[in-house]
Amino acid sequence: MAGKLKVRVDPDKCQGHARCKSLATELFELDEFGNAHEIGDGTVPAGLEDKAWLAKSNCPELAIDIIEE
Amino acid sequence: MNTNPPVTDWVHDWDHTDPQWTEDPFPIWDQLRTTSPIVHTDRYLGCYLPTTYEAVRAIANDTEHFSSRRIIVRNVRPENPAPTPPITSDPPYHKPAKQLLLPPFTPDAMKKLEPRARAICNELIDKFINDKSVDAAAHYSKHIPVRVIAHMLGIPEDDGHLFIKWIHEILELGIHDQETLVRAATEMRDYFIVHVEDRKKHPTDDLISVMLNAKTKDGEPLSPEHVIGSLRLLLIAGIDTTWSGIGSSMWHLAKTPADRKRLVADPALIPTAIEEFLRAYSPVTMAREVMKETTVSGCPVKAGNMVLLSFPAANRDPAMFPDADKVIIDRKENRHAAFGLGIHRCVGSNLARMEMQVAVEEWLKRIPEFSLDPKQRVTWSEGTVRGPRRLPLILGAA
Repeated sequence: MAGKLKVRVDPDKCQGHARCKSLATELFELDEFGNAHEIGDGTVPAGLEDKAWLAKSNCPELAIDIIEE
Repeated sequence: MNTNPPVTDWVHDWDHTDPQWTEDPFPIWDQLRTTSPIVHTDRYLGCYLPTTYEAVRAIANDTEHFSSRRIIVRNVRPENPAPTPPITSDPPYHKPAKQLLLPPFTPDAMKKLEPRARAICNELIDKFINDKSVDAAAHYSKHIPVRVIAHMLGIPEDDGHLFIKWIHEILELGIHDQETLVRAATEMRDYFIVHVEDRKKHPTDDLISVMLNAKTKDGEPLSPEHVIGSLRLLLIAGIDTTWSGIGSSMWHLAKTPADRKRLVADPALIPTAIEEFLRAYSPVTMAREVMKETTVSGCPVKAGNMVLLSFPAANRDPAMFPDADKVIIDRKENRHAAFGLGIHRCVGSNLARMEMQVAVEEWLKRIPEFSLDPKQRVTWSEGTVRGPRRLPLILGAA
C-alpha cells in the first residue's frame, strides 16, 4: 500500500481551466474568478488517488503537484 | 476576397487561408513540424508559425516579447482602431480587465444556464427531427451559442443573423479586406451603444449591466470604449468558436459510427469525448505580435513579425500526445490547449464546454442514428476559427 497523497495547486500557474474541479470535485474547489485550489490541506482520502492523478494529468498549465508522504 | 497566390512551398511560404489548409490542415502541420518547431512566411508582412506544443506554450507564456495587441493575422497592419479588452490587453492592464469578466463565466454560473441551453437544443431539433436530412451547421450548431450568448448579454436572441454577419466580416473577410472589417466593427459598436443606453435607464442582471456596474481599481466606472470593446469581444468570441466546436464534434460522430454508438450507449463518457474533440479539432487559432527579438525552441524570432499561435497544431504534436493523429474518445491524459495557455485562457471555456456537452447529449438522445450525406460536401470556415459551415447529414439509419 502506497503512502498518503496530498494535492496542491500552484496559484501562480493556475489559469482557471477548471479541469481538476471537473475531474475530482472532492479534491478541488474554485474561487469567485474560477481559479482552483485544493480543499483543506490537500490530503487525498483513501479511494480517491486515481482522481488526484487524473486531475494532475489533465491540467494544461502543469499547476498541480502531488506529494507522496 | 482572398487573392493570395496558392501555396507551393509550405515550409517557406505557408498561408493559413490557402484552400488546402482550410480543407485539411493536419498533414500540413505534420510536415512543418518535422521540418522545424517554428516556420516563417513573408506573407502577412512577415509571420511565424510555431508547430510544436512546446513552442506554442513558450510564446503563450512570454508576454514580454509577444504582445496581444493584435490577435488576428491580417494582410494589413493598421493601428488597432478598437481594442477589445482583455483579449487585446497585455500586462499590467490585462488582469483587472479579465477579472471583471471571470465571475459570470464560472462553472457554477454555467450550471444555471444549462437548462436554457438544453431547451434551445431541443427547440432546434424539433424543427428537423421529422426530416430525412439536415445541414447540422446551418440549423443546429450555429444557433446554440448565438442564442445562449445573446441570453447572457441581454440582447434579443432573434438578432442572431446580425451577429453571424459581423463575425463573418470580422474574422474571415476582414483578413483580406480592411474596409469591411472597420464597417462591421462600427455597426457592432452602434448596436451595443443602443443597448448600453437602455440598460443605464433599466438595469438588469445581464452582462451589459455587469460591465456598466464594474469599477476600475480606483473606483471609477469603466470608459465607454472599454465597456463596448468587452461586449464586442464577448459576442465575437462566444459564437463561431463554439459553433465550430459543436460542428466538428457532430462531423466526427457522423463519420465514425463506432464512437457514435459508444456515446449513445454510455452518455457518461461524453464529457471525456468532448475534451478529445477539443484537442483533435480545436477551433481557435490566435496571434501575437513580436515586440522584441528572442529565441523560441532554438529558433530566432525577430520583432515586427506576427505569430500565428496555432493551438490546433500544438494539440496534434505527437511529442505531447501519444497517437496525436488518432481521435481516442476515452483519452485519459489530455492537457490540450484548445482554450489557450497562460494568462489569456479563454474566459468562456466553461461556457463552451457546457454548450458542447449539452448539444451532443441532446442530439444523441433524440437522433442516435445519423451519417454524412455522401452526395454533398462539408465546407469549412477560413482563417482564425475552424469548423464546418455546411454539414449535410442523413438522419436515421442509412
